[in-house]
Amino acid sequence: MSTFLGMPRGRVPGPPADPAVGQLTGDRPFPAAARSALGNSRLRANLAHATSTIRAKRAAVVEEVPDWEALREAGSAIKAATMARLPELLEQLEANVVARGGQVHWARDAAEANAVVTDLVRTTGADEVVKVKSMATAEIGLNEALEAAGITALETDLAELIVQLAGDKPSHILVPAIHRGRAEIREIFAQRMPGVDTGALTDEPAVLAAAARAHLREAFLRARVAVSGANFAVADTGTLTVVESEGNGRMCLTLPQTLITVMGVEKVVPTWSDLEVFLQLLPRSSTGERMNPYTSTWTGVTPGDGPSEFHLVLLDNGRSRALADEAGRSALHCIRCSACLNVCPVYERTGGHAYGSVYPGPIGAVLTPQLTGLTGGDDPNDSLPYASSLCGACYDVCPVKINIPELLVQLRAEHTEAHAEKHRLPTPEAAAMRAAAWVMRDADRFAAAGRAATVARRGIRKGKPVLPLPPPLNGWTASRDVPAPPAETFRDWWSRTRGARS
Amino acid sequence: MTTDNAHQAARDVVLARLRGALGDDPTVPTVPRTYRREGAYAAGSPELVDLLVDRLEDYRATVARTGADDREIGVAVAEALAAQGVRDAIAAPGVPADWLHGIPEHRLDDGSATPRQLDRTGAVVTGSAVAVAETGTIVLDGGPLCGRRAITLVPDTHVVVVRVADVVQTVPEALGRLDPTRPLTFVSGPSATSDIELSRVEGVHGPRTLVVVLAG
Ligand code: SF4
Repeated sequence: MSTFLGMPRGRVPGPPADPAVGQLTGDRPFPAAARSALGNSRLRANLAHATSTIRAKRAAVVEEVPDWEALREAGSAIKAATMARLPELLEQLEANVVARGGQVHWARDAAEANAVVTDLVRTTGADEVVKVKSMATAEIGLNEALEAAGITALETDLAELIVQLAGDKPSHILVPAIHRGRAEIREIFAQRMPGVDTGALTDEPAVLAAAARAHLREAFLRARVAVSGANFAVADTGTLTVVESEGNGRMCLTLPQTLITVMGVEKVVPTWSDLEVFLQLLPRSSTGERMNPYTSTWTGVTPGDGPSEFHLVLLDNGRSRALADEAGRSALHCIRCSACLNVCPVYERTGGHAYGSVYPGPIGAVLTPQLTGLTGGDDPNDSLPYASSLCGACYDVCPVKINIPELLVQLRAEHTEAHAEKHRLPTPEAAAMRAAAWVMRDADRFAAAGRAATVARRGIRKGKPVLPLPPPLNGWTASRDVPAPPAETFRDWWSRTRGARS
Repeated sequence: MTTDNAHQAARDVVLARLRGALGDDPTVPTVPRTYRREGAYAAGSPELVDLLVDRLEDYRATVARTGADDREIGVAVAEALAAQGVRDAIAAPGVPADWLHGIPEHRLDDGSATPRQLDRTGAVVTGSAVAVAETGTIVLDGGPLCGRRAITLVPDTHVVVVRVADVVQTVPEALGRLDPTRPLTFVSGPSATSDIELSRVEGVHGPRTLVVVLAG
């Protein structure tokens, strides 16, 4: 892959993440993986139930915020401003963490991050670490790397615990065990949780949560080293933030002597007051709560309170590649709330495993290929930009206004170009994809194009347009038949019918 | 162990890559701060106190209202613990003795209790730095009234005293009152999870009972 669309001269993308290390690539393309997922009716029932629950909760708590759109605007702009100043902000963050007694490490890729963390754990002499759920450490495959070094990594988040006990893979950013219903979780606990009282274990969520509490308590009390991710890091103060629900995060951040935090470089925000925006956007978008039960912030080390040693590992792993593309870099704005997964008609049916990467759903379909690059060949991630109906629901709910449909279309164009380059083919598709990306760059333009196509339907006889499609899509129809557009756009249909169902 | 040289090399390479990716003149957009940075009500207004109570009860926290006097607070704390059947408590080092007088066994934290000892302690009593009415959030700031983080985490019941004057309406107002360099914990209800079928259930690793004594 040589260049990005829309990448002005003078920008040099960093190298892609190595798909062989960590969990950014599945073993087969999305359509094949999706097909087997679609055959699993229990999976589909679990997903439909969970996503409809969370959609209703999110809608209710977003509705009550009078300045929600202003918060989204601010969140989006803070992230864009952060990306434009990323190197200087990271240096500032580093200086502040060090000034408060922490240590900062840098990792070019997954393998280097794993090596840094493994070395740090080894130095403490511990052979076990407790972990707070972290996308970055799942991305780099840290648990496997630690295991190879003889160190046990204990996941302490309830959903991660379910996944780990079941020998399963996560399928959702926020709720990695979303594909499991309560009855299945009860079975997993009954069979795999050491010392669990199977007689008393029911499939009541409160009973299951209590079993997890009892199971992990001893591990928290003996833990000497914890590994966490971070939701945000504040450059001007050096403050790290973990947003969570259960208190397992607090246990890990507070009780052990050593804390190691692995964070993608894009998680930095410029100032303390920027957090006031994200601490409002994130909980309502993710778990559909006014506020999550616990948010912890810490700055370096505080004598007499919490770990006496703090290490921050800053991870690139393809992020400097994504950053080079002015539009594509907005995928790095993601605050991992998972709202886009919960509203996605494709995700709701296939679940997260079909995407292969730890980042599934709409954001995964744009972020993963940006991190690993598109080969133009048969790499499974090349299929991800097509794992969408482009209905636009993800854009509507995204708290930082990432225009995922536009990015998907742009990536499709990049893929088509890469494919053409590889196979030396002419590329009318690439031109059409680029035109479509232009339409989708702007929400109004996107909606207007959808309406225009629906209006144009009146002029379309079976299969063959008598009126040209509205520009810029007319370039595409000049040489092709188009199916008659529906009377209603998919976007409108989806919000209407699904609203009625849930 | 990663050598200093390797460390420096990784740092230089990552920063150089990021600079290269941005090119010469990245545009830095200005951030529109048109969202509410202040609420409609002043801190401590009765409307905010009512809103806070509503939010806390929605999270299934227990709320007790009392006067501002330390002895009255002590009565409310003792009643709350008695209702839970808890006889012993540890308290943040700066908690007034009057808040604790009705608890059969109590001691101030001197920093020596290990996590295991805390695990055998029935409850913890602390004050708080600020509370956000709209989100039902209480912030602990690691100061003498709030204590180190471990004491409010390991015992299963947390009784937290919130002064009415410290109740603000919005998240930005709360952040403006806090010192970011202190270890902060934002607490919104008892420990909970949404991990089973995305429904919130209370009671995982943090305190399963949260009692809020609203004073003033
Ligand atoms: S892309 Fe937006 S909606 Fe999706 S997880 Fe990221 S922040 Fe949330």
